[in-house]
Amino acid sequence: MSALTKIFRKYGANTEFAVTADSGAGLDAGAGPAAAGPAAGASLDAASDASAEGGAAPAAVETPALDVRGLDISYADGFRAVKELTMTFPRRSVTAIIGPSGCGKSTALRAFNRMNELIPGTKTGGEVLFHGINVYDPGVDPVQVRRWIGMVFQKPNPFPKTIHENIAWGARINGFSGDMDELVESSLRQVALWDEVKDKLRQSAFALSGGQQQRLCIARAIAVRPEIILMDEPTSALDPISTSKIEDLLDELKKRYTIIIVTHNMQQAGRVSDSTAFLLHGELVEYAPTKELFFNPKDERTENYLSGRFG
Amino acid sequence: MSAPAKPQAALIPGEPADFSPNLDARKAKGAKWRVAFLGSTILSVLFLFALVASIVNQGFGYVLTVAEVEPASLERDGVPLERQDVAALVETIRDNVPRRFFIKVDAEAPLAQRSREELLAFVEAEVVKARVVGTWSLAESLLAKERILAFKEAEAPEGRLFFRSWVNRALLSNPQSSTAMLAGLRGAVIGSLLTILFTIALALPLGIGAAIWLEEYAKDNRLNRVIRTNIYNLAGVPSIIYGMLGLALFVRALEPLTSGSMFLASGAGPGGGANGRTILSASLTLAILVLPIVIINAQEAIRAVPQTLRQSSLAVGATKWQTVLHHVLPASIDRILTGAVLAISRALGETAPLVVVGASTFLSQDPTGPFSKFTTLPIQIYQWTARPQPEFRNLSAAAILVLLVLLLSLNATAILARNKYRKDKRLGR
Repeated sequence: MSALTKIFRKYGANTEFAVTADSGAGLDAGAGPAAAGPAAGASLDAASDASAEGGAAPAAVETPALDVRGLDISYADGFRAVKELTMTFPRRSVTAIIGPSGCGKSTALRAFNRMNELIPGTKTGGEVLFHGINVYDPGVDPVQVRRWIGMVFQKPNPFPKTIHENIAWGARINGFSGDMDELVESSLRQVALWDEVKDKLRQSAFALSGGQQQRLCIARAIAVRPEIILMDEPTSALDPISTSKIEDLLDELKKRYTIIIVTHNMQQAGRVSDSTAFLLHGELVEYAPTKELFFNPKDERTENYLSGRFG
Repeated sequence: MSAPAKPQAALIPGEPADFSPNLDARKAKGAKWRVAFLGSTILSVLFLFALVASIVNQGFGYVLTVAEVEPASLERDGVPLERQDVAALVETIRDNVPRRFFIKVDAEAPLAQRSREELLAFVEAEVVKARVVGTWSLAESLLAKERILAFKEAEAPEGRLFFRSWVNRALLSNPQSSTAMLAGLRGAVIGSLLTILFTIALALPLGIGAAIWLEEYAKDNRLNRVIRTNIYNLAGVPSIIYGMLGLALFVRALEPLTSGSMFLASGAGPGGGANGRTILSASLTLAILVLPIVIINAQEAIRAVPQTLRQSSLAVGATKWQTVLHHVLPASIDRILTGAVLAISRALGETAPLVVVGASTFLSQDPTGPFSKFTTLPIQIYQWTARPQPEFRNLSAAAILVLLVLLLSLNATAILARNKYRKDKRLGR
């Protein structure tokens, strides 16, 4: 049994949601796991202290939220979708992964919280280090991984339940013991949906518009207080107004969560992300701060893609 | 300058010469198929209509009976038979049956303590002893009344001719009898309901459980593919073969269990020495008969649940079982129920395997529990149609109507339940 499992167990048992009531409706950064994590907790504590004091500590010195080393994924038919991907994702920032269709960006994203295992026959090699421990370690339970690394999907897919239950269900099954109504309200406020739905919490989530549904899905993901939120083309099924609402949201959410977003839309990557990775044929071509990558790409292939010459 | 001759004028001038619109020919071909499809629909509806019509035709109509003792002659102190009280009826019976028979019946259960309805039925069966001379179908009764009257004058001028609905309350409440006018379905209805109840209790949990395992847990390997294929094959096995299995396994090999003797110290169960030929054996046989149908339907239902629903549940840190219990099952329960109804309807109508398992031809007592001897509605219908007396044809038509109503009400219940679940699902309850 690995250390990560023990850390997960410990969170699960003791501190998962314990801080809700007395920490400003649980909105404090890193309130859940960081407060108790033995190894990584120290740096997280430091970070949240620092941000509270005015952001003295630069983000660069933090341990990365996710450290991917030599990730290699192939499907049952032998197709190698991701080849030796190595990259780190900084804490509390938005990282975009762009690339043409079939470049392996969604596959890589789904590998970060072991969702790719749901596709039979998928083989995954390499390491994905979360708090310094490989989530693919045999002793690590994927259920716990997904609880800390949440996911928002391409199409809005709320549960066929009420709006309230959509938020509450994930927290309840993870053993949340605090004030559920408060958790629902705070989660919905974080995605700027509270004012729109506060009078119809007991109605079906399907009564909402597509954009509202997708924000509800984000609220559902943050209701279990993950550290990382993976977003797989979250706006590709939405109209421009709903899209811009979600893009605005990312600026707020990155103050508390690490966000990794896969997008088809290069302009979107330019608008919302702090750093951008360009994938081609399953390989990482270039990974740099977004401005740098867009205005001064080092690799010719990146330049060709960004200028619309292929893809 | 002159355009080449075409079957139709081109919509746009200058159509390429090597294209011909041939629209009339294409439409004519389509029209033929349309007629063929309409024809098959009409034919199917006609067959269904003919089925129902023939049953209804047999289930109602004129009956000509000759009584051994005319009911009119049974009046006592000026009170006609139908209005006599219990004491008067006992006297009527005492006067009209052999003395020894009266003493015997009175010793079984004192006549004075029986209900009035019971005594009237007793008079009907033992004193009046109406014998059926002829029965007529509904169509004959409506269209050829003169011929029926002529038949009565010729054969039995003193007989009683009356219109009878063979579907009546007595049909449901009377026990079995060898007299068509008195025979009822009580034992068969109770037997059918008990058998179906135990069949549902066995087949639904097993079938849904197996479907969940096959769809949600089983790996896609050779063994599981073989299992899946064979479940499909089992659904097509003739039901009589399940009857043979039931006879060998449940009636013979598991007799201590199915006869109830292992639960009761004194050997024979409440069914009175039914051996293994009990309701429980029948239910077990029908359960394995419908199990493949339940499994296949539940599998289809679970497979129809969108993968994104499972993903969104797993993505918030739910376990597989939480995902199945809270999302997959609620999303598929309406379809699972639809499949279950099909299976139950099949079980309710099965005859052949139950004949093999040993349904009783005549029940002296109503079935009371899993260890009773049994008969079911289809078995009863089968036996009545095999009788030589023509009036049993009318009786079996009436029993078929009862079976159909039972089937339809079962289906309606399930459809209502399904619609409720579907509505709940839509409203997100």
